[in-house]
Amino acid sequence: MTRPTVAVWKFASCDGCQLTILDCEDELLAIADALDLRMFLEAGPDELLDHYDLSLVEGSVTTAHDAERIRDIRARSGMLITIGACATAGGIQALRNGADIDEFTSIVYARPDWIETLATSTPIADHVQVDHELRGCPIAKSELLATITALLARRRPPITTHSVCVECKQAGHTCLLVADGTTCLGPVTHAGCGALCPGIHRGCFGCFGPSESANLAGFLRAIATVGADEALAVRSMSTFNVAAPVFRDAKEQA
Amino acid sequence: MTHEHRARRFGVEALTRVEGEGGLIIEVHDGELADVKLRIFEPPRFFEAFLRGRAHTEPPDITARICGICPVAYQMSACQAIESALGVEIDPALRDLRHLLYCGEWIESHVLHIHLLHAPDFLGYPSGIAMAVDHRDEVQRGLQLKKIGNRIVEVIGGRAVHPVNIRIGGFYRVPSAAEMADLATELNRALNASLEVARWVAGFAFPDHTLPDGTALVALRHPTEYPMLGNRLVSTDGLDITPEQFLDHFDEEHVEHSTALHGRRLAGGDYMLGPLARFALNHDHLAPQAAAVAAEVGLGPSERNPFRSILVRAIETVHACETALSIALTYRPPERSFVPSEARASVGCGWTEAPRGLLFHRYEIDDAGVIGDARIVPPTSQNQPVIEHDLMHLIEHSLHLDDAALEALCEQAVRNYDPCISCATHFLDMRVHRT
Repeated sequence: MTRPTVAVWKFASCDGCQLTILDCEDELLAIADALDLRMFLEAGPDELLDHYDLSLVEGSVTTAHDAERIRDIRARSGMLITIGACATAGGIQALRNGADIDEFTSIVYARPDWIETLATSTPIADHVQVDHELRGCPIAKSELLATITALLARRRPPITTHSVCVECKQAGHTCLLVADGTTCLGPVTHAGCGALCPGIHRGCFGCFGPSESANLAGFLRAIATVGADEALAVRSMSTFNVAAPVFRDAKEQA
Repeated sequence: MTHEHRARRFGVEALTRVEGEGGLIIEVHDGELADVKLRIFEPPRFFEAFLRGRAHTEPPDITARICGICPVAYQMSACQAIESALGVEIDPALRDLRHLLYCGEWIESHVLHIHLLHAPDFLGYPSGIAMAVDHRDEVQRGLQLKKIGNRIVEVIGGRAVHPVNIRIGGFYRVPSAAEMADLATELNRALNASLEVARWVAGFAFPDHTLPDGTALVALRHPTEYPMLGNRLVSTDGLDITPEQFLDHFDEEHVEHSTALHGRRLAGGDYMLGPLARFALNHDHLAPQAAAVAAEVGLGPSERNPFRSILVRAIETVHACETALSIALTYRPPERSFVPSEARASVGCGWTEAPRGLLFHRYEIDDAGVIGDARIVPPTSQNQPVIEHDLMHLIEHSLHLDDAALEALCEQAVRNYDPCISCATHFLDMRVHRT
């Protein structure tokens, strides 16, 4: 089998998800043997090809230039996978959506007229077709490796549909929400992290975004029933995945 | 001079092996260097604006997202600033855990930079992955060392990128004695590997170059420690200030070619942050084996060749391994995982040494604990002017090189600073225009 050609692209982001590739210390050289990494600026490769078998896209679209660039990348890509909350949901940068972007610019920059930015931070799927997505702020190394392995074996990548609650039960943690009344987004948050936060007695704050069929109304009722902090729950949903479906409705429904 | 020479024009579209995106433009007129600009075209991100109206408990999680490479630095500076505002003194045992966590980030970040981003320049490869074909053992050794850095961040911080276990006042959970004992075992291996890495890096050929005269070196200083967690800010030209005084001495200005603000000293003159500066100002506080190997490889406190900053990173990695090991070996689980605090109307400043240099945070908080104003000054934005001036100085002496050789030298020189463009918001395509 010929090695698939691979590109890693960056849009508005912190680099943390592409760093997760380099954080696969035990697997990195094997990955580099199995995949033909042609474009991955942070690691060095910078060959612009007409076609890549696989593109991994990090970051959200926040400039007019980037909105053009993702269309060009889509046209060059066989399979396109978004990695992380910015690429799949607009990320923390979507806190600008609905705010006064001129005011934001003036808070940070002395000469707003030199700054080119869109008023919104949008996920890649708002612009082009996405074939698969990895959730998380940042993505989980295990999910990244499982996806690459599946693609190399020509299997469909594993798709998670359950919530952090399931992972929490699997890990044998006591339920923070029920037992302690701790505000925890586990019931409505997409699995993948391995219930990291409940494992350290911290309520989930939703960095993997909403789970499939998350029941927001039911969750808010449960929060009220156990006497947890609804404002904190809403604020958590309005952070790293603020523009994701379900989470974006939290403010209005609360 | 031939017309061909006068119109010499060349460039690199995107600088690679740096964190974030930007470029370098070099203007040469009639064989004389006219200008060097670091163009930062990473899209602007608005963290200081997002922080307004958020709870004072949130900056450790929110500002971590400024940078996936050094989230711990953001979390530590944010905690220091907010704890200063609230008048929280954290327990010594919790401070030790923070110090250990920071050692993990220094190891992870420095070893990534040494092996995958910078060593390929010295050994003549386009990437760390390409370098691994001929230097597999060295790259594997580096990856295993980096892994132990990440392991520290996972054990103390809960996750390697964007740790979840950090809160104002301390941690959600402190590690068990057994977890720490396992870490100590790994750190013994790490320390040996780090010493080998330092000797390997010392064997590289370093281009002959010195920082422009008059460039001040600026770093934190602590009474007894090599500075990760900060105390006072000092410089080679006599500065000695507290965090509250920082904005009286330093400022940032917005320049047209960059979405990262440029740091400057109000007193004027260039300043440089990062490993060379820390080493010059704090070499007397290196851990014993780090100090010994620094002496062995001929690194002295007056070192001003930016190309040797990779060697300082290797020495700092030894120091981080030694320090981490000593904290792990003397660890007793603290009685409480965090020091509780209450919101009050206040202003707090804090700073720590990110792997790339000083990272300053300032917050204004109201009685309800809501943030009214936030200010973050990252190391790469402060280093941008000195990078430009250092490159001018380097290029002036290197114009005899052909385009490809000059480009390669400039890229290598930019990487001396391990610039983090995501942090600075925001940077590297490189172009040289010769007209």
